[in-house]
Amino acid sequence: MGIQGMELFAVGVVIILFVAVLKQFGILEPMSMEDSSDSDLELSTVRHQPEGLDQLQAQTKFTKKELQSLYRGFKNECPSGLVDEETFKTIYSQFFPQGDATTYAHFLFNAFDIDRNGSIRFEDFVIGLSVLLRGTVNEKLNWAFNLYDINKDGYITKEEMLAIMKSIYDMMGRYTYPIVRDDAPFEHVEKFFQKMDRNRDGVVTIDEFIETCQKDENIMNSMQLFENVI
Amino acid sequence: MAAGVATWLPFARAAAVGWLPLAKKSMPKPPSDNKSRNDEILIVNVSGQRFQTWKNTLDRYPDTLLGSSEKEFFYNEETQEYFFDRDPEMFRHILNFYRTGKLHYPRHECIQAFDEELAFYGIIPEIIGDCCMEEYRDRKKENLERLAEDTEAEMATDAPLPPDSTSRERLWRAFENPHTSTMALVFYYVTGFFIAVSVIANVVETVPCRPPKGRVKDLPCGEKYSLAFFCMDTACVMIFTFEYLMRLYAAPSRCKFMRSVMSIIDVVAIMPYYIGLVMPENEDVSGAFVTLRVFRVFRIFKFSRHSQGLRILGYTLKSCASELGFLLFSLTMAIIIFATVMFYAEKGTKETNFTSIPAAFWYTIVTMTTLGYGDMVPNTIAGKIFGSICSLSGVLVIALPVPVIVSNFSRIYHQNQRADKRRAQQKIRLARIRLAKSGTTNAFLQYKEHGGLEDRHSGSQALCVRNRSSFEQQHHHLLHCLEKTTNHEFTDEHTYSEVCMAESVGYRTSRSTSISSHQGLSTSCCPRRAKRRAIRLANSTVSVSRGSVQELDTLHIQKSSIVPQSRSSLNARTQDLKLNCDDTDFTAAIISIPTPPANTPDESLPSSPGIPSILRNSRQLGDCSGSFTHETVKISSL
Repeated sequence: MGIQGMELFAVGVVIILFVAVLKQFGILEPMSMEDSSDSDLELSTVRHQPEGLDQLQAQTKFTKKELQSLYRGFKNECPSGLVDEETFKTIYSQFFPQGDATTYAHFLFNAFDIDRNGSIRFEDFVIGLSVLLRGTVNEKLNWAFNLYDINKDGYITKEEMLAIMKSIYDMMGRYTYPIVRDDAPFEHVEKFFQKMDRNRDGVVTIDEFIETCQKDENIMNSMQLFENVI
Repeated sequence: MAAGVATWLPFARAAAVGWLPLAKKSMPKPPSDNKSRNDEILIVNVSGQRFQTWKNTLDRYPDTLLGSSEKEFFYNEETQEYFFDRDPEMFRHILNFYRTGKLHYPRHECIQAFDEELAFYGIIPEIIGDCCMEEYRDRKKENLERLAEDTEAEMATDAPLPPDSTSRERLWRAFENPHTSTMALVFYYVTGFFIAVSVIANVVETVPCRPPKGRVKDLPCGEKYSLAFFCMDTACVMIFTFEYLMRLYAAPSRCKFMRSVMSIIDVVAIMPYYIGLVMPENEDVSGAFVTLRVFRVFRIFKFSRHSQGLRILGYTLKSCASELGFLLFSLTMAIIIFATVMFYAEKGTKETNFTSIPAAFWYTIVTMTTLGYGDMVPNTIAGKIFGSICSLSGVLVIALPVPVIVSNFSRIYHQNQRADKRRAQQKIRLARIRLAKSGTTNAFLQYKEHGGLEDRHSGSQALCVRNRSSFEQQHHHLLHCLEKTTNHEFTDEHTYSEVCMAESVGYRTSRSTSISSHQGLSTSCCPRRAKRRAIRLANSTVSVSRGSVQELDTLHIQKSSIVPQSRSSLNARTQDLKLNCDDTDFTAAIISIPTPPANTPDESLPSSPGIPSILRNSRQLGDCSGSFTHETVKISSL
């Protein structure tokens, strides 16, 4: 490098330092992100209060004490009053440590989130529980159908059923006996459709579903299983 | 998130309805759950402060005290609450753990108290939340270090030597800890003096003295008075060599000693002299010899045995090794960069000092440390610009690790100060503790000697019986039971040692001291004391009492200067009464096993396994009226 080169270089360094000093004085500020700080503020103030105790009592089949107890637990976990999908997935995954429960939790979330607004409020939570625990068999079967019907169009297609089945098998994880084969969900779906799909049109409607279930003794008996959970 | 799991489990179970239509097999029966579904509020009374919580909250952690049935032990039927006699402030945090699932550590609380509470309530400290975990760990580590220092100080070399130490061990002790004996202290100061003399001689011998007659040039004093300096050097080296050999002999592990820093310094300090003796007076070799003389300056490091501050400094530097390393590394990087830049910047100048990059290193170092000798100066503009940047950055780079080193030094220094302070306080503390302990034992001994354990068969006995609390009574009864079990009796230290002395003396001289039984006493009874006190007993008189009492040499009466902490004023009176008795006629108490106080920190009785149950002397004094017993000698320690 010649003398010229070095001097140029030195001058360049001096300019850089100058700019750095100017930045300190706030004269030469690059476009700062002033918007991001506000948006953070927004989310944290979102809160939801449930409807009154009496209204909920009317809507569900729980007693006042049960509702109180449920709400206490709910509020403890989610002080903002809302459960978003991520939290829901985390919570549900805790019960199935061996497998991956996120997909099924997603379906479950959609089943509970009646008004499809992306978060479960206490009312949704409690109404869903009321159906599951205190509802009639038909109501429960309705709820199950709603769960399986992913796009809520009134029909369960093979694809939907396959997705649900796969998610359930995912929850089992890898270490099972016997080992879950790759086509196990598919087979299971086939069996299900064989049983449920009366008119062999490739979809299961709500009536077919309820009818078949009512005829199956096992299913009817098992519906009473979870009544005493709360 | 155990709390969350407990809350959401019913929900997860309910959602299982979704699997039912798909099930391949039939579902198992659910577990029967017959506990009352209704949640109730429990009252927990902690030292008067009432906490109320849902039962479910406590049930979240079933492996803790409050979550399990263990709390039923604390249930108070009348008030229908759980009562705990513990700190209510701490309980707040414990309860919050149940409520929120996170355990927090309160910063203002003592770490040990907190740990104890956690242990009581069955909560493991690992659950502490991340927010408080660091603080908790730091405090715990600090506390442990402090305790370790305490135990170290206790077991420090200030403790008296075990009785059967060889001369070698004693020598080592004397070297390591000069305060133990005067000889060691004297030696310590003498070596210190000679180190100073040697160093000063080294310095002075290079100072130019006036030339002797016949010469013009100034001579260094070393050459003028070479004989004198040589003698002084020889004397110092003799002392150092002697000291080193003594240490080597006394060291418990010679290899380890030879590898230690101080011994290496010692060797390096005295080697040049011997090498100089051995080397011939060659001109070529003496050049190297002169270099060796440099090492004599290492004698100054020998001072570090004498100076604690020096040791602290050395220790600080060692512990800051990583920071120093970082400093060195960053400096090297900066030096290389700037030297390169300066070299190329000044390359064009004629007759420049920057002849090569290594030559530019000197400039960079001098500039970065802001020395600025001025022997190498840039001439070009670019060189000046980079030179100024170099000096600015030098200030920063050097300043960065300095606070770390300083804080390390201050921490270690304060630690040392604390250790010294604690050692001084420890002695006072121990003395006080000894006092308190001796009160209990003395109370028992006094009670015994006043015949309290025997049947009350005389009215005058009543005077001796002091008012004792029920606790004391039960405690004394317990000690008495122990005596009866083992068929030995408690006594105090002095009496024991005296009797031991008598035994060994009697055994050795076989005077007409009639020892009722057990001739074959092991002299390992208390050998050290035997040796020490045999001298004292040489002039003792033998007092003979009636009956089957052993004859003992004189007991050294030592009235306890500290009044045992007895609670009754009757005690004083009995003492006075006793003085009426004939002083010469008393017997000693009995030897027995040293009493059990577990934490006597200072010298405990040398308990030899084969202490015979020597004698029961009669409790009667010849001429003493009443049935008062002997005057036992009491010391304030046991």
